[in-house]
Amino acid sequence: MNTVRGQEQGRGQGHGPGEGAESAGAGGAADGLRGARERRVRTGGIELCVAELGDPAQPTVMLVHGYPDSKEVWSEVARGLAGRFHVVLYDVRGCGRSTAPQPLRGGFTLEKLTDDFLAVADAVSPDRPVHLVGHDWGSVQSWEFATVRRTEGRIASFTSMSGPSLDHFGHWIKQRMARPSPRRAAQLIGQGMKSWYVYMLHTPALPELAWKGPLGKRWPAILERFEKVPGGGYPTPSLPTDAAHGAWLYRDNVRARLRRPRADAYAHCPVQLITPTGDMFLSERLYDDLEQWAPRLTRRTLPAKHWVPRTRPDQLVSWVTEFVTAQEEGDPAKEAAARGPHADRFGGQLVLVTGAASGIGRATAFAFAEAGARIIAVDRDGEGAARTADMARLIGAPQAFGEVVDVSDAAAMEKLADKVDAEYGTVDVLVNNAGIGLSGSFMETTPEDWKKVLDVNLWGVIHGCRTFGRRMADRGQGGHIVNTASAAAFQPSRVLPAYSTSKAAVLMLSECLRAELAGQGIGVSAICPGLVNTGITSTSRFTGVSADEEKRRQAKAARAYGMRNYPPEKVADAVLRAVVRNQAVVPVTPEARGAHLLSRFAPRALRAIARIEPPL
Amino acid sequence: MASVTSVTPAEGGRLTAELRGFRDVQRLAYACAEAVAAQLKPGVTERDAARMQRTWLRERGVRDWFHLPFAWFGDRTAFANFRIPLQFFPTHRALEPGMAFILDLAPVHHGYTADIGYSGCLGLNPVHDRLLADLEAHRELILREVRERRPLREIYEDVERLMVRQGHTNRHRAYPFGVIAHKIDRVKERRWSPTLFGFGTQSLKGLAADALHGHRDGWSPLWSPYTFSDHPPQPGLWAVEPHLGFRGTGAKFEEILVVTDSKDPQESAFWLDDDLPHVRRWQEEKAA
Repeated sequence: MNTVRGQEQGRGQGHGPGEGAESAGAGGAADGLRGARERRVRTGGIELCVAELGDPAQPTVMLVHGYPDSKEVWSEVARGLAGRFHVVLYDVRGCGRSTAPQPLRGGFTLEKLTDDFLAVADAVSPDRPVHLVGHDWGSVQSWEFATVRRTEGRIASFTSMSGPSLDHFGHWIKQRMARPSPRRAAQLIGQGMKSWYVYMLHTPALPELAWKGPLGKRWPAILERFEKVPGGGYPTPSLPTDAAHGAWLYRDNVRARLRRPRADAYAHCPVQLITPTGDMFLSERLYDDLEQWAPRLTRRTLPAKHWVPRTRPDQLVSWVTEFVTAQEEGDPAKEAAARGPHADRFGGQLVLVTGAASGIGRATAFAFAEAGARIIAVDRDGEGAARTADMARLIGAPQAFGEVVDVSDAAAMEKLADKVDAEYGTVDVLVNNAGIGLSGSFMETTPEDWKKVLDVNLWGVIHGCRTFGRRMADRGQGGHIVNTASAAAFQPSRVLPAYSTSKAAVLMLSECLRAELAGQGIGVSAICPGLVNTGITSTSRFTGVSADEEKRRQAKAARAYGMRNYPPEKVADAVLRAVVRNQAVVPVTPEARGAHLLSRFAPRALRAIARIEPPL
Repeated sequence: MASVTSVTPAEGGRLTAELRGFRDVQRLAYACAEAVAAQLKPGVTERDAARMQRTWLRERGVRDWFHLPFAWFGDRTAFANFRIPLQFFPTHRALEPGMAFILDLAPVHHGYTADIGYSGCLGLNPVHDRLLADLEAHRELILREVRERRPLREIYEDVERLMVRQGHTNRHRAYPFGVIAHKIDRVKERRWSPTLFGFGTQSLKGLAADALHGHRDGWSPLWSPYTFSDHPPQPGLWAVEPHLGFRGTGAKFEEILVVTDSKDPQESAFWLDDDLPHVRRWQEEKAA
């Protein structure tokens, strides 16, 4: 590799900045980018390795990698985008198969990186502006591209992840230093601690030695262990030199820019900001005032760690596609589609809700629809499910489908999972909500009654988690499972033995599954609503009484729940919140929260309540 | 009221003079709503809209009110976060493109009362269109069940069940006593007609008198979900106002339902007027 680089550098000598030349290279792309067309672009005395995928007639999406990476970090994302766009990736100077400037010091300034970008953009898309996507240092430099004058008209949109503009960062620090309220001081200290590696990189020679020595060797294992980055063609063997050269990105820019941030760093293109919430290196608070710098800002949040191009490629492909398409079509109505709470988190995600024809399931489907998610409404009641899907589309779901399935039927659920996988993709959020009620003393509950309740309430959840949860885990890109348990899961009652048993099982199942899937970035939440005004009361079975009496009790229960009038919409809000915060057990109504508290501190009080027979 | 309750309503499509009086004031009220709705544009506030309705009707001889005109814009059409009745009164909320609105007015003209609700939206609002379309089933359901002489409370619950099945929430539950309808009647014309919390004192007096009589005879002039409405429909004129809500958008209609003591189901209950904006809209949609 070193000899090759030497030759390339030799060839590159003599070209002044700004003047570009290109030479087509045949094949030779690394594993991850098989099938990419490669060319070399000369600029500013160096030669950049540029890879292209997809149809050049389509809009150009340019992916810029970070530190210590090479363009191969994008391989999964590039493959996903190549079907619809002309995807261009290049190795930043000094990284991968691009050559490094000589001398290194002063060769990595943002001005020179902007030259590189313009040279590549002119080579691959001379007539049309490109859509930029940057990760980490790729995003830092893309912010520079998107905010300086000379690139105006060359950038159609910019998607930023895990890389703030150094100018915005500088202003962010200055503001907090100037008026350090306790909160602002805490933000400052928090980010200061996350930036430990930046200080390390400023020490001379040591980082290079470490990267070329033990750190370079152990880096893939470190990534896999702490960042959960799967292997497979990444990192590339060029890592030690990428990382050693890349240290100059920090040394050439960070101090200068943070000390004297530009005052006019306004983005001249629409910006999509993707914030991983688990980023070890960057605080979410960095982007608090970003609207001021980027007026046309779309926010997205992703529960993931720093290396999202490796760990969440599908989600990135979907968001980049949506954003770029919206800019290309210039349809203002499309941008305003989803405005509900948590739209930054669920926009474009696939959400499957069982029991979605009524009550909590339907309200949950609507809440996700308002957040811009794609909805699959599953229920035994086909008409109700179709209606839910229909209304979901009205309020912001880009797509919504109704499916008729009995959740207690294992084969049917398996079939549904196959169909969903094939037609709509992997489910991002699964809500196992379908349930039925059964009231009556234990002695009067027949084995058939037991079977019916457990089939729907427990086996329905088991089938849902087994079929959809398995596919979610196999994809390995995170997700969330929500199971609707009940306050009856911890509140015993003499009139609800079967129902409470089934819900207690769901609660424990959720907790166990949560432990099992925690390592794979999949959260599991159990929702315990309490008394909510839904149709479950009028369809509940009452054992040991005549049909007329059952009807009377159903009506009475429905009225009582109507008087309580806790709306299912509030439970739906709690579901979304539980997913966003990855909560384990969520009691919703005040009585459910009270019972949850008592179950831990005064279980005898609950046992006393359990002996009361409610007047129905 | 005797003339209304024993009326044979539509002898060849002709109403008694009494019912014609009510129909005329209802038409006047809908004309007002349509005229005001046509003038609404971005920036107009609820207070402006309410004032426009008042002025329009005063110019045409209205001196007394069952209640002063209301106007609700945006998510206030679904009574989002309404806690106290004062929130029903018009606010400074300004109309924006795509917003739904509801005008609710109840003028008294020549001693006849009408109480109507008019839903519309400024520009395109697919959710609002769906709500309006879904209201049609409620108009049919209410008439059918009143003709079957079902207890009002049961009809109320059936309406609510239909709303839930449609995916909507019942927003008339937010009205005082959660009423879906209330009785209206003729009122005496006085030179001075003060209002109390937006309601005409004459009309309130009539309602109170009805409530007293009803309490003795086991019925109520308020059609609510509570036990005091657990009786068959009482002959008279009912202003029926089913109100749907869906995720921050609401829609309603309100019009007079005539209930008589006739044995013939067709004549035992009927909508006073079928030539109303929302009914015409449904017919046009069917024709299209």
